Amino acid sequence: MYTIALVGNPNSGKTTLFNALTGSNQHVGNWPGVTVERKEGKFRFKDQFYKVVDLPGTYSLGAFSEDEIIARDFILKGDPDLVINVVDATNIERNLYLTTQLLEMGVKVIVALNMMDEAEQRKISFDLANLSVKLGAPIVPVVASRRKGIEQLLETAVSSIEKQLDYKVFISYGRELDGKIARIEKVLAQKEVGYPSHWLAIKLLEGDEYVLDLVSESDLSPRELELLSFSRQNGAYELELVDKRYEFINQITGSTVFRPQKPVQIKTDKIDKIVTHKYLGLPIFGLIMLGMFQLTFVLGEDLLGDSVADAIGIFGEYAEALLLNLNAPAWLGSFVANGVIGGVGAVVEFVPLIVILYMLMGVLEDSGYMARAAYVMDNVMRSLGLQGKTFIPMIVGFGCNVPGIMATRTLESKKDRMIAILINPFMSCGAKLPIYLVFIAAFFPNNGGLVLFLVYSLGILIALLMGKIFGETLFPGEVSHFIMELPPYRKPTLRNVVRNMWDNVSGFLTRAGTTIFAVVSSLWVLAVLPGGVQPYGPESFLGRIGLLIAPIFRPAGFGNWQAAVGLFSGIAAKEAVVATLGMVYAGVEEGAELVAAIKAAFTPLTAASFMIMTLLYTPCAATIATIRKETRSNVWALFTALYTFLIGWVMAVLVYQVGSFLGFA
Amino acid sequence: MDHLPLIKLGPGESGRVKRIAAGAHATKKLYEMGFNTGALVQVLKNDRGPLIVSLAGNKIALGRGLADRVIILKS
Repeated sequence: MYTIALVGNPNSGKTTLFNALTGSNQHVGNWPGVTVERKEGKFRFKDQFYKVVDLPGTYSLGAFSEDEIIARDFILKGDPDLVINVVDATNIERNLYLTTQLLEMGVKVIVALNMMDEAEQRKISFDLANLSVKLGAPIVPVVASRRKGIEQLLETAVSSIEKQLDYKVFISYGRELDGKIARIEKVLAQKEVGYPSHWLAIKLLEGDEYVLDLVSESDLSPRELELLSFSRQNGAYELELVDKRYEFINQITGSTVFRPQKPVQIKTDKIDKIVTHKYLGLPIFGLIMLGMFQLTFVLGEDLLGDSVADAIGIFGEYAEALLLNLNAPAWLGSFVANGVIGGVGAVVEFVPLIVILYMLMGVLEDSGYMARAAYVMDNVMRSLGLQGKTFIPMIVGFGCNVPGIMATRTLESKKDRMIAILINPFMSCGAKLPIYLVFIAAFFPNNGGLVLFLVYSLGILIALLMGKIFGETLFPGEVSHFIMELPPYRKPTLRNVVRNMWDNVSGFLTRAGTTIFAVVSSLWVLAVLPGGVQPYGPESFLGRIGLLIAPIFRPAGFGNWQAAVGLFSGIAAKEAVVATLGMVYAGVEEGAELVAAIKAAFTPLTAASFMIMTLLYTPCAATIATIRKETRSNVWALFTALYTFLIGWVMAVLVYQVGSFLGFA
Repeated sequence: MDHLPLIKLGPGESGRVKRIAAGAHATKKLYEMGFNTGALVQVLKNDRGPLIVSLAGNKIALGRGLADRVIILKS
């Protein structure tokens, strides 16, 4: 099967095109480098399948950030048969910079000139035939969001793969540099380094570390090395090369891209005047977040949640009755109805809510507001020693900490990245939502949205505070610079929003069926053994584990074994907490009974301290594993697991003790 | 004449990039994002927080520290 790589700048609509090509479950966002994972898909054209790999969005193929390296490595080593370079038509000059690099790498490139509709709105026009000749690559105009031009793109892609392309772009870097490049090229041409020697020569002049290493490893004679050595003045020509590339681009676009004399005012500018305003920007961001949680609560819980809960309850009873009719042993009926359907169901009933939350997050991403959020947060972040972009992974963490932590790859400074990873678990993920909701239903039914907003805000606050502390202790260093593109606002497409939601919700459901099922089943076993004890009672194994841990939480006001078991299961998966609480508080299967049991076991104050503990304590196993993977360190993973627990405990104790002192017991 | 850091430009004012005096990393990044020598930059917002500039019809937010190091030939 042929492999096609998709390459493009951040915000060029690359992921949207990927979706249009493959129709797979991927999502698109407006923050730089949403494609942090390698995504693959397939499409069929004229009875043949083609594999498409969506590479991270980058401005260049240097060795700047991890994203650039991922993209470059794949193009160099992944051996794609074709590279489709997605270019934003409204911003063609900047986008072609990446194209020039691709062409110099000697790979087969076709350009998908995307967002032609927006270019038209801005009265930008093109002489594509001419541009294509000058660039030396086929260009196909497309509107990926409306699937326009896709057929033509596929046609061009497939025919390009099959025929030997003989185009060769030559960018002149001026007489002096061209001479140097030619000399280096000559030395390298005899070596089998595996890459085009012209490209290697240019990269050596740029002082590219990866290429320097590569060349040092080949068997060059001392004389040859000496010949190359002037390139080791680490990037002495770096900026000149960039300038010359842009000169080449301006030369070829000068006679083929036509912009109006006066730029057309677009809506984006008017909206930005308000949402990035020096005083209004931050309150507006706060209101948007508040609105998001309020809406989640109203739509998800009040409209849909209850009916799903009822349905699960009826289903559980029906299943138990059916099993008893079939003469199944009573314990099996109990296991299925209480353990499985009750436990997993306790999680599933929150699906409507999570659907709404993810859809709203998707709208924020897709519209382009996320970049503005980073912009307005830059001031706040800067006072804490971080920069605005660090806030984007934090917002992603509201959905799930795993992608949140992966999104830190777009941060170029090691300091920013490490801190962003360590504080991400305080961003309350979707799986914790059901826990708050049970407690809200029991104690704060009239202020649900507000309580949620407060919980999430506390998470942000602690994250920022820890960020400041880490910046001053573990990772000292200068505050990094803030450079970020503010893409134009775009109407979110239903397809992208739904796809983004489904990606996350299907993950949630899969976990409900696997991890949570496993956790709930093992907990059920622990709860009924040893034989003869009251199931879910303090005498069971589960009860004994709980009793063992519980004293730790006494100062926080919830030192009972049931709460301890709930938190214990949350380290496996946060979704399991509600299910476990449901089981240990009298083995209930229905939402209303669970709420009643919680109401009896907690007070408003201990509910608050328990929610805070849930918010802050050790993240789930998947998150810890991701931290380990991203930091390549067991130490940081363990550190995160422990320090978050400590912070959670201290805060919970603080709230309970101060609250009791003030008489809120 | 009239070389000055980008940060000194008010909203609506524009100029061409003369050179960038930031660290090697940041300078390269800016160059690659289109702040190369001779690029036309227009300031859209410069009050508090990062500047917002227009560059070839594209909006870019730029921290104040960096904007202080982008030297502009005012037009």
